[in-house]
Amino acid sequence: MAQFRICPDSGFYFDRSAEQLMKVNAVAGVVCLLIAGIMALGVILTRWQTIHLLPADMFYTALTSHGINALIFWIIFFEMAVLYFASSTLLRCRLAAPRWAWLGFALMVIGAVMNNMAVFSGKSSVMMTSYVPMQAEPHFYLGLILFAVGALIGCFVFLGTLVIAKDEKSYQGSIPLVTFGALTACIIAIFTIASGAIILIPTFLWSIGYISHIDAEMYRVIWWGMGHSSQQINVAAHVSIWYLIVGILFGARPMSEKVSRSAFLLYILFLQLASAHHILVDPGMGVEWKVFNTSYAMYLAVLASLIHGLTVPGSMEVAQRRKGLTKGLFEWLRKAPWDNPVFSGFFIALIVFGFLGGITGVVMGTEQINLIIHNTIYVPAHFHATVAVGTTLTFMALTYLLIPVLFRRKLFLPKLAQWQPYIFGGGMVLLVLFMLGAGTLGVSRRHWDMGFTGALLSFEYPGTAYMMMAVAGIGGVLGVIGGASYLVVTVGSLLFGEKLEKSVGFLESFGIKPLAAELYTVERPEQLALAEKLPPEEHGPGGFEAPGTFALAMLLLVCFVIYYFINWDYLASVWPMG
Amino acid sequence: MTSFQPPAEQIWWKTPVGKDEIIWISIALVWCLIMFFMMPYWHVYGKQNLSSEAYQTTPAKFKARVDAMVEKYKTGEEKGIPIVAPPAGSDIYMLGRLWQWYPILELKKGESYRLHISSLDWQHGFSVQPVNINMQVVPGYEMVLNITPDKSGDYAVVCNEYCGIGHHTMLGKIIVKE
Repeated sequence: MAQFRICPDSGFYFDRSAEQLMKVNAVAGVVCLLIAGIMALGVILTRWQTIHLLPADMFYTALTSHGINALIFWIIFFEMAVLYFASSTLLRCRLAAPRWAWLGFALMVIGAVMNNMAVFSGKSSVMMTSYVPMQAEPHFYLGLILFAVGALIGCFVFLGTLVIAKDEKSYQGSIPLVTFGALTACIIAIFTIASGAIILIPTFLWSIGYISHIDAEMYRVIWWGMGHSSQQINVAAHVSIWYLIVGILFGARPMSEKVSRSAFLLYILFLQLASAHHILVDPGMGVEWKVFNTSYAMYLAVLASLIHGLTVPGSMEVAQRRKGLTKGLFEWLRKAPWDNPVFSGFFIALIVFGFLGGITGVVMGTEQINLIIHNTIYVPAHFHATVAVGTTLTFMALTYLLIPVLFRRKLFLPKLAQWQPYIFGGGMVLLVLFMLGAGTLGVSRRHWDMGFTGALLSFEYPGTAYMMMAVAGIGGVLGVIGGASYLVVTVGSLLFGEKLEKSVGFLESFGIKPLAAELYTVERPEQLALAEKLPPEEHGPGGFEAPGTFALAMLLLVCFVIYYFINWDYLASVWPMG
Repeated sequence: MTSFQPPAEQIWWKTPVGKDEIIWISIALVWCLIMFFMMPYWHVYGKQNLSSEAYQTTPAKFKARVDAMVEKYKTGEEKGIPIVAPPAGSDIYMLGRLWQWYPILELKKGESYRLHISSLDWQHGFSVQPVNINMQVVPGYEMVLNITPDKSGDYAVVCNEYCGIGHHTMLGKIIVKE
């Protein structure tokens, strides 16, 4: 019999088994983030050439571990929690097949541990991409496969929960937008995991000698079906969380359900094509294939992101204006709760994702422009804007919300939490901007020594490149401090945070045990009603609902256009090729 | 309670869309189309495009062709690596292997060459600096680039795909003469 508790502060209903699964997944994610963060420090202090901390072998091990723990384990564990939240909690429904969900979680943990062991043995420093024919130890691949199978089970539990919610009529009308976005993430995840299985299973068999040869180009094409798509899960997930956060903090509702949902639909249809971004300067790909895929059919997935870029802050603006914050273009934004880390984390993530991550992503994914960017440090600069700030900072912001609501604890060191998004966001922006600059000067990614010590021939990057890597280093260290602050607040809250609810001891915090039994009831939650109808909206200057957001969107577009053509101009200066 | 509640209108797909969104979507769509058509446009009017010419090959086959070129056009050596000056317009070769780009190519400014690149072992990154041209080099595949170096000078070929512990020592050279 499913048991529910209601959170008296937020009104969310938690199914007991879903709640525990959310807790353990979030905690496992945070542990992976801790490893990723420690490794990040090693990586950035080595690439900061004057410090050059680690020897080459340790550097490549640290880089491999940083990539896998940050980009895969931390994010996907956390996303499992998000999927269970968006289905069971938001729809007030029991979780489908909780035993399967636990099995999935167990597989993910075993897989993550196994893969980390392979990497830290030092014999699998093959980077996250593990391009063949460079070989890792068999349990490197096996760990990833088990992790993926576990995540796949989680996806089906999510889908099953949607079916149960529909069947048991736990809500009226259509599923909420946030759940719709999570469904998008889930569909993309299934595609991602299928691609992963198609390439990693044969690669595993190759590593134990059952298959003699894996074609290196085939590996790249299919691997990126997983590698890039897994980042698209993040986009769908963090955009959904943005809608959730503006809904919780401001009571915002989508400006238009139709527009926001269509944008998610565009993600489902076109976002996957972007794995072609990684194959643009590979041998043998046809021009039409590259142009069609790299542009997501005609930039239709970019269109979707541009739409969310308007509607997320736009819906917040509309809600704020309703509350009377109507002065000028930006009173709604100026008077936002900037000292609330849930808000500041979300908003910094939104801005950095759009202005830095989005624009650089499209530019370097342009078929011809890619040849002046491929494999330079510009590439990690881009995805630190999208994933490290866009996704990770969004998840951090959500954590500050989950600690009281899900874990029923008060935040530990709330002042530190208040500063955290600014430290982390500020550091990462510095890192991103200066890595973009260094990449433009040709500095290579995944490279231990930009001075080429021990090489037979010689080459010197300009002094500016060294300076830029140093500033990026400072940014990276700040980012690590920001990340550590997050961990201190999170772990501290679970261990020492004031309890908001009677609980049953130390282990409860880590989700091993649920909250005190009397909080739960077997009664089914009240049916989730349609959102209230609102009176017709008051329009701001010029008949716009969200004039401030519209102005910000136009600013983004102007930056985009200018930067886009600057890069064509730069391309025109290199050797003619045909 | 809103973005995470079912839409207020049950038939939400018939609710009219606001002015902000319609204008923004229109502008954004136009921009998306411009970006899309920039790529074919550059294929016609731009000078920096990659050919899709490539062949499957084997390390032994490719190595033999590189060696043949080296034997024919070798003009000198630098640090034990042959310097090769093939005639303008010809097929020229560079191979990547742990941890070397081989051989050193000497080209003439303003002349075109058919540059074949491949790897004998792992994947490598062919990154010509400081001009900043970057290609993926994949074992088993031979990629052909029609290049026309238009500035003279010494260029380095950095390996920018991780290829093991000696990755950072993998430097090659292309000399472009007036």
